[in-house]
Amino acid sequence: MTADKVASEGIAKQLHHKRLNHLQALEAESLYILREAVAEFARPVMLYSIGKDSSVMLRLAQKAFYPGKIPFPLLHIDTSYKFPEMIAFRDEYAKSIGAELIVHRNEAALADGASPWKLGTQNCCAALKTRSLLDALNEGGFDAAFGGARRDEEKSRAKERVYSFRDAAGQWDPKNQRPELWSLYNSRLRKGESIRVFPLSNWTELDIWLYLYAEQIPIVPLYFAEEREAVIRGGMITMVHPGMQLLPSEKPEKMMLRMRSLGCMPCTGAIRSHAETLPQIIQELIGFRRSEREGRAIDHDEEGSMELKKREGYF
Amino acid sequence: MSSQPQGWEMQQEHSREQRFRQFLDGHLEQEMLRFTTAGSVDDGKSTLIGRLLHDTRSIYEDQLASIRASRVNRSGGEVDLSLLTDGLRAEREQGITIDVAYRYFSTSRRKFIIADTPGHEQYTRNMATGASTADVAIVLIDAKAFQRVGELLPQSRRHTYIANLLRIPHVVAAVNKMDLVDYSAEVFDQVSAEFSELANRLGLKSIEVIPVSALSGDNVVDRSQRMDWYSGPTLLEYLETAPLALREAADGPLRFPVQLVARPNAEFRGFAGRVERGEVRPGMRVRALPSGRVTTVKRILTYDGELPAAGFPLSVTLELEDEIDLSRGEMLVAETQSAPQVHSSFRAMVVWMHEQPMNEGRTYLAKHTTRTVRASVRKIRHRVDIQSIGHQQTSQLQTNDIAEVEFAASLPLFFDAYADNREMGALILIDPLTNATVGAAMIVGAVDESGHDATSEERDRFGEQEAALVWLRGREQEAVELRDRIRQAGRAAVILDDRLIPDASLPAAMRALQLAKVTGISSRSELSHSTLAALRELAGPRFYTTTEAAATLAHAWTSQEAQ
Repeated sequence: MTADKVASEGIAKQLHHKRLNHLQALEAESLYILREAVAEFARPVMLYSIGKDSSVMLRLAQKAFYPGKIPFPLLHIDTSYKFPEMIAFRDEYAKSIGAELIVHRNEAALADGASPWKLGTQNCCAALKTRSLLDALNEGGFDAAFGGARRDEEKSRAKERVYSFRDAAGQWDPKNQRPELWSLYNSRLRKGESIRVFPLSNWTELDIWLYLYAEQIPIVPLYFAEEREAVIRGGMITMVHPGMQLLPSEKPEKMMLRMRSLGCMPCTGAIRSHAETLPQIIQELIGFRRSEREGRAIDHDEEGSMELKKREGYF
Repeated sequence: MSSQPQGWEMQQEHSREQRFRQFLDGHLEQEMLRFTTAGSVDDGKSTLIGRLLHDTRSIYEDQLASIRASRVNRSGGEVDLSLLTDGLRAEREQGITIDVAYRYFSTSRRKFIIADTPGHEQYTRNMATGASTADVAIVLIDAKAFQRVGELLPQSRRHTYIANLLRIPHVVAAVNKMDLVDYSAEVFDQVSAEFSELANRLGLKSIEVIPVSALSGDNVVDRSQRMDWYSGPTLLEYLETAPLALREAADGPLRFPVQLVARPNAEFRGFAGRVERGEVRPGMRVRALPSGRVTTVKRILTYDGELPAAGFPLSVTLELEDEIDLSRGEMLVAETQSAPQVHSSFRAMVVWMHEQPMNEGRTYLAKHTTRTVRASVRKIRHRVDIQSIGHQQTSQLQTNDIAEVEFAASLPLFFDAYADNREMGALILIDPLTNATVGAAMIVGAVDESGHDATSEERDRFGEQEAALVWLRGREQEAVELRDRIRQAGRAAVILDDRLIPDASLPAAMRALQLAKVTGISSRSELSHSTLAALRELAGPRFYTTTEAAATLAHAWTSQEAQ
């Protein structure tokens, strides 16, 4: 794992000058949110996607409840199409920090052979992610779920609340969200209703990378550039992965690649990159100006497609 | 290939890496500023934000390409920058924004969070939301409209009023559309004079007036070549240098509302919370509210090690020298610094946010710091007419109304006036039936039972215990009658039979009532042994179990008043 050493200045010095840098300010806000939710909800859970945002959120949870342990389980919605590196990382990391991990799959849909090829991207996501997530939340009786979504990711997320209200069917209604003032979050629920809590709401992609760097937080090696085999499929660089069926015309090539965001193997494109360290990734990020979700097939099916998915209960 | 150039290349590579690391370290030192933008649809607000994002190179290529390709272009310019900030599908279709949206960008000096509030009729509610966390408000003023009408539009007055109501520390008037008035210094000076006069009348402390053109980019990020008569900062320069609230907050008296009690093992007990005001240090003598117990801060714990001090807005865990009773909703303050007010009756400026009106006599849940109580609307003192900023009488508030309201809470709050401390003076109102957030309130001050503003002398008698506790086991009706009788005698009394107050919390509730000099009455059929013992100890000779005895007390008060 490549984690760069950085001399940690510590908050003490900053305080002395009555000045906080933006990462410290963001961190303080996130810790406050995490604690509020744990204080007020009966049974919270943290959605753990294994991605970089989840890694930051997990570190923030460790900080919020220090010197205690994280007082809620982590929930991973496993579509069965995740990269093996992600699964290995997940199991090892959860164990190393002593967190309780729940893994949930929509076994019924998988038994029916659910896949993006058979169902199409949208329906596959609906079955293996959205349905699976709602089932897992129901089964666990969770009234609050922490998610790593950020407002800067996509236009429809810019108006998302820190506490995002979901009705008894787990649905999100943009017209029926509670006003959010100061840092006074309304956690009142009726039976069956729930709240998605987004402690990273005000973080940007750059903040996430800077924080990973400053805090030396481990992330899945797929984020770092390496020579990997891939084909270009539908304009997307698709890494050769277990279970992949190559078309006759496709000849895998070796290229320097990395993932900018982690999703399912068939639907997440890689980018050409030579960034092998966090500073190099940050340098690359500042240099190139394409939004990170662009590499995901799901968001481009239809204009405003993220909003449609959210209404149904996806993050 | 000889080894010489290779070594040279490596050196080059090395220094490039080093330069980037320096850049990175600089980036890690950026501060964070939150601002909100207030303007109506026609003021060019979306274009201004689009311009800020565009000129600070905060727009991704694919996003820019998508708005270039868009069928919609309302701007009259080459690219409609306002599309960058238009969010949800419904809004795109209607061509309006209907909710607060948050945007992000950064420069080498600061990271910025924009609360972008829409400009149509839901305006007050949305602007209040965006303003509640802002360090700076940008009020957009349309120079062309000003020239046409000859004065500030009502909407600009409204926006400035709300910015002041929410106590945003700094207010900037961005005088937009200067391109449409030939970049005229004269028009700008007129706007500037009128705005300054308004700001002065409202009592705004820090203002700035900047001539801009969002459409052509003058004085937004880049200094305008067409307004050499203006020597002040560009909008971005202003945003990069405006003082942050955090510095001011560090200087006040300590306020540490407890969020959570951390008890990871039998040996350790810590109090997790955010320093809302002032600074806490190990060795500091602190008083717990409501118990009044004084102890010393032993350590300030964080995941990254112990801290020598912590101030707003840090989230920390405090370990205290003594085992004292302290739980969520309670507070630590410094022994030697001024204490918050402890009162259950208060008046506040309310922004009503829900379609269901607010009525006198109704009870809501009020969330204040980490404490939730019930609060009844005793009286709507007046509604503010936002056009004239005058007062109107009413007994009901509609969505987007602003009013001064008297509340009676089920338990005392520990608060500071909102004007002195936003975090300690703010509360949200929640409908107990629907759980909707229906209003926002900013505490002005305490009031007494007859609705008079409480004097500071009344408030500051710390530690006096003139409030009684009456336990009328199972006699609900008697409890209500007694409460009313005591109130008629001009004293405060509340009934403690609320699901929000479990048995174990009754002693803390009683202690808070004593601080606020409010008599507590309960008709609970059961009190646990330990709770009863604690209540007896707290109330001493003022613990009563019969109406007669308590009525004597009310009578004594009445006759005292009569004398």
